[in-house]
Amino acid sequence: MSEVLLDFNNVTMQFGGVTALNEVSLQIKQGEILGLIGPNGAGKTTCFNVMTGVYAPTLGTVSFEGKNLAKLKRFEITKVGIARTFQNIRLFSEMTALENVMVGADARKKASVGGAILRTSRQRHEEKESRERSMELLQFMGISDRAETAARNLPYGYQRRLEIARALATEPKLLCLDEPAAGFNPAEKEELNELILKIREQGYTVLLIEHDMNVVMKVSDRVAVLDFGQKIADGLPADVRNNPAVIAAYLGVEDNAS
Amino acid sequence: MSLVLNFWLRVTALFSGFGEQFRAMNKWQRYSAYGLGVVALYLLPYWPDVPVLGQIVNTPGSQFETVLNDQVVIFVLIALGLNVVVGIAGLLDLGYVGFYAVGAYVTAILTSAHGNLPWLLALPIAVVISMLFGLILGTPTLRLRGDYLAIVTLGFGEIIRLTAKNMDWLGASRGISNIKKPPSMFGLKFGVLDAKPYFYLGLTMVFIVIFILHRLEYSRVGRAWVAIREDEDAAELMGVNTFKFKLWAFTIGAGIGGLAGVHYAGKVGFINPDNFPLQLSILFLAAVVLGGSGNMYGAILGGILVAYMPERLRNFSDKRILVFGIVLVLMMVFRPEGILPKRVGNEHKKRRARSQEGEVAS
Repeated sequence: MSEVLLDFNNVTMQFGGVTALNEVSLQIKQGEILGLIGPNGAGKTTCFNVMTGVYAPTLGTVSFEGKNLAKLKRFEITKVGIARTFQNIRLFSEMTALENVMVGADARKKASVGGAILRTSRQRHEEKESRERSMELLQFMGISDRAETAARNLPYGYQRRLEIARALATEPKLLCLDEPAAGFNPAEKEELNELILKIREQGYTVLLIEHDMNVVMKVSDRVAVLDFGQKIADGLPADVRNNPAVIAAYLGVEDNAS
Repeated sequence: MSLVLNFWLRVTALFSGFGEQFRAMNKWQRYSAYGLGVVALYLLPYWPDVPVLGQIVNTPGSQFETVLNDQVVIFVLIALGLNVVVGIAGLLDLGYVGFYAVGAYVTAILTSAHGNLPWLLALPIAVVISMLFGLILGTPTLRLRGDYLAIVTLGFGEIIRLTAKNMDWLGASRGISNIKKPPSMFGLKFGVLDAKPYFYLGLTMVFIVIFILHRLEYSRVGRAWVAIREDEDAAELMGVNTFKFKLWAFTIGAGIGGLAGVHYAGKVGFINPDNFPLQLSILFLAAVVLGGSGNMYGAILGGILVAYMPERLRNFSDKRILVFGIVLVLMMVFRPEGILPKRVGNEHKKRRARSQEGEVAS
């Protein structure tokens, strides 16, 4: 079970003179929930962006199931099996909830212009499959009652969950959640915890970026900590919590201690 | 002001009330309503002969059926094509007249200037070549976004016109004459005086285009286009091959623009570069935006209004352009989403789903 799914090998990411990631090595194993935490600006989202092909790393390689991601385009990376949500919600606001998820499901489909015009049997079959699968996912996320509502008119909590449904629809092996609990109240966070665990039960590997320590510590099997673009800790939640470097990064170091 | 507003509210209420009633009908009632609508549209050239209605619709100073074909049908076809590019996929194209010109010029070249093909054979070739131009223009430029794309396409429209104007092979500023007319078919003779057969042909083209676009819109392709319009980066990260689908939108739009050009060339028999000014691109865009960008039926309505109103208001002579401009400004202030805004989701499906739930419950 502990096969490496995603391998982040000595990745450095520079923007001009700014080093957002500095020789970060990180491995995500099949079937685990890895929490990625760190103070603001530590490079968590940059990590995500490198992984999903938004940025090409300055140095180092990212490989997924042993395959180097460097040459792949963004949409191809999705097809390889990495899906993500966004820290600031980025749904297709003029589309219904169901259509949003269907766009994700379409990633695995083939029918294009010709199929759509001629309405070939394959196209109809794919269309039906997309629709049913998307509806199932909406049900799974508990938001199917608003399937026909435009995404922009959905309540905030629904939008957050719709983002996860849309990412799941691409049939990923690795699901990357970028602060899914942002703006949630404690009860909603609790629900989200359960959802994340349920998602893992379905066989997905989850990478979770989160500010909220409660969420991260509860659901993660393993936690990695970034600070100023460097990985400062990586281990079981309990160990990481007591790691002095992590405490220092989060709470700062007393002047007289140094 | 309140009078205008009041009037406007009534008009929109009429539209939505009509929609509700329409949705409340069963399948057969709906199909017969469609059928009646189609028949009424084919009978449009005879509307001026109907007592009261005729007074309202007839165009003073120009033949009604000529306006219908040369203006309305052309604009509706073009609005449909441009709506795919601008309204659905969200790619601002300011040089759409270029594709219209390509369609017309290819027809002219093949049937008169450098060939002797029949019009019917020139049609598919011209549409395919227009699509190729869409592909050629799109491949380098669709990597650009927003304003940059608009500027490049603006240039494209002008390049086509200026090339035609300066190349002897394309007839230079004299243009090309003696373009072949569509062949006689189904008892329709395509002559010089009677515009009715052209209108029937053009209307049929419109229906075929609507059929194709409807199928595309409610498919994986249509969803990809809307997703690109809404958030291109997010779409790509959700596995949409954005470049490919943008190119498709551009190519299909170009093909429809070319089709309009073929129809135009076949009707007038003579084209020159002055038939394809930049101003037309702007008017095409105005039609789409006025009617409702992103909604196929909105675009059709916009095409009808932009083409027909100036002719209907011909009595106001020079002031009609002013009136048209004022209407556009007012629209942008009070209803920027257009007369028929884009709908979210498939209303018909929703209605059907609701009635099915009702059946299960009862």
